[in-house]
Amino acid sequence: MSAAASWGRPSPRLRRRKAVNLLMEALATVAALVAVALLGTVIVSVLRRGLPAISLDFFTKAPAGFGAPGGGLANAFAGSLVIVAVAALIALPVGVLTALYLSEFAPKRLEETIRLALDVLNGIPSIVIGIFVFGILVLSHQQSGLAGSFALAIIMLPLIARSTQEVLRVVPETLREASYALGVSRWRTVVGIILPASIGGIMTGTMLAVARAAGETAPLLFTSSLTAPFVTWDPRQPLQSVPLTIFELSESPDPLDHARAWAAALALISFVLLASLLSRAMLARSRRKLGQVG
Amino acid sequence: MSDTITRVGRVEIAQREQTPAPTRQEVVFDIRNLTVRYGRTTAIRDVSFEIYRNLVTAVIGPSGCGKSTFIRSLNRMNDLVPTAKVEGEVVYQGKNLYDRDVDPVEVRRWIGMVFQKPNPFPKSIYDNVAWGPRVLGMRAGMEERVQRALEQAALWDEVKGRLKRNALSLSGGQQQRLCIARALAVEPNVLLLDEPASALDPIATSAIEDLIHQLKRSYTIVILTHNMQQAARVADRTCFFSLSEEDAEGERSGILVEYDETQKIFTQPSDPRTEGYVTGRFG
Repeated sequence: MSAAASWGRPSPRLRRRKAVNLLMEALATVAALVAVALLGTVIVSVLRRGLPAISLDFFTKAPAGFGAPGGGLANAFAGSLVIVAVAALIALPVGVLTALYLSEFAPKRLEETIRLALDVLNGIPSIVIGIFVFGILVLSHQQSGLAGSFALAIIMLPLIARSTQEVLRVVPETLREASYALGVSRWRTVVGIILPASIGGIMTGTMLAVARAAGETAPLLFTSSLTAPFVTWDPRQPLQSVPLTIFELSESPDPLDHARAWAAALALISFVLLASLLSRAMLARSRRKLGQVG
Repeated sequence: MSDTITRVGRVEIAQREQTPAPTRQEVVFDIRNLTVRYGRTTAIRDVSFEIYRNLVTAVIGPSGCGKSTFIRSLNRMNDLVPTAKVEGEVVYQGKNLYDRDVDPVEVRRWIGMVFQKPNPFPKSIYDNVAWGPRVLGMRAGMEERVQRALEQAALWDEVKGRLKRNALSLSGGQQQRLCIARALAVEPNVLLLDEPASALDPIATSAIEDLIHQLKRSYTIVILTHNMQQAARVADRTCFFSLSEEDAEGERSGILVEYDETQKIFTQPSDPRTEGYVTGRFG
């Protein structure tokens, strides 16, 4: 009877274990809260300082010139749009084809090697990629939006390739078998069955890569930096970009420029957040679609 | 009561079409000393027998005896396994499927396959059936072709009003019949069924079995099944696979034990191992 009654009573040892448990739980919770709070603080401070300078003119007008009020950063928005769009146009097909090769055609050993190469490429500091493109494209020609796009495409390529590969891995083997059993070749199976089944995931990866590339500053420093107050959509010209503009404006002695830098930062951060949320939604949708097959 | 009648009816159909005179039985597959290895393990060893046109041939046997490997070597699906190695011959209508100049893609176009788990494409019902013919360049009369395939698979009446709906909205049994329709749409000569009803409930299973009886008029069918009653119900001929005794290295491999008319396999098997299996004493 004494044995039966003794197990429920808290011994000092149990009390200590409970205390340690509580402490660790509290530490982990605080760490998680700090991470969220950091994001919140960044967003709030950028909102507070950037919002006053945001207006329609800010997006549609060219800069007013040093010291003058009004005007906007249309040159930078147009430039970033062109540079990132062209970069995505380069990186998307190459990245998707790379992923298709890895998941559908490559022998296992080669697949591992290429996957490692992609991960290494992903880890290369973006300034190094900027210097590289400067060396091969800019020295022989000139700075241009295209050179900037090329540098950003190098950054996007491993992101798109790896995320696409992950989605292709989720496509059930049974779908491939079903197609092969009809007497359909590998390539037609890829185009007709596997790509349509994974298109949502591919778009997700692309959106994330676009979000990442849109905020890259260093690769554009060497390849497409410019302080030109006019709006142009021609990628053969050097193009202004949003991240570099933020950098330049923040170094300006004009307080109006500082406000513009905050506003540009707000625009950039909103774009990246939207792109991330959108890609999340697309991923969830494509998972649901494929989940029914699995 | 009605069950008995159906059964009697079925047996009559089977007997009428069995036409036991061997002279009329055209050989579709002549399997000669077929051995399949995965890496260093031998899945099936030295299998030889003939499969006849417009008959249903069932493949039965305990798990791991190489049934699946065997049926997948009839349309070269094993080629998709990098380590698989095939020896011997599978002579299909006079030509060895494993000859150098034979393209496995072309083999699968004539020898269709339906899998254990229904695997419709994540497309519309119509596109599931139409995709194969479209890719193979059989574009003429597509709507009729799709309807015919769905009718052959006894699915048309259930889906004719919603061909544009996603195939994944169908029930499991309907999905499997859709997979059969998909295989029929490219007009193969042979249909390989890899446990087509194992993921289905009894009603859906019975629908698939009825379908097999209908289909053997136009196709040669090889069906792999774990379910001996199913083999007895649908098959004209049955082959029993089992595992060999351990060889010198202690390895066992799948072998063909006995191949005969289904009735004989289940009532008077000539091999004691077959008898042990069909009477439930082993496996």
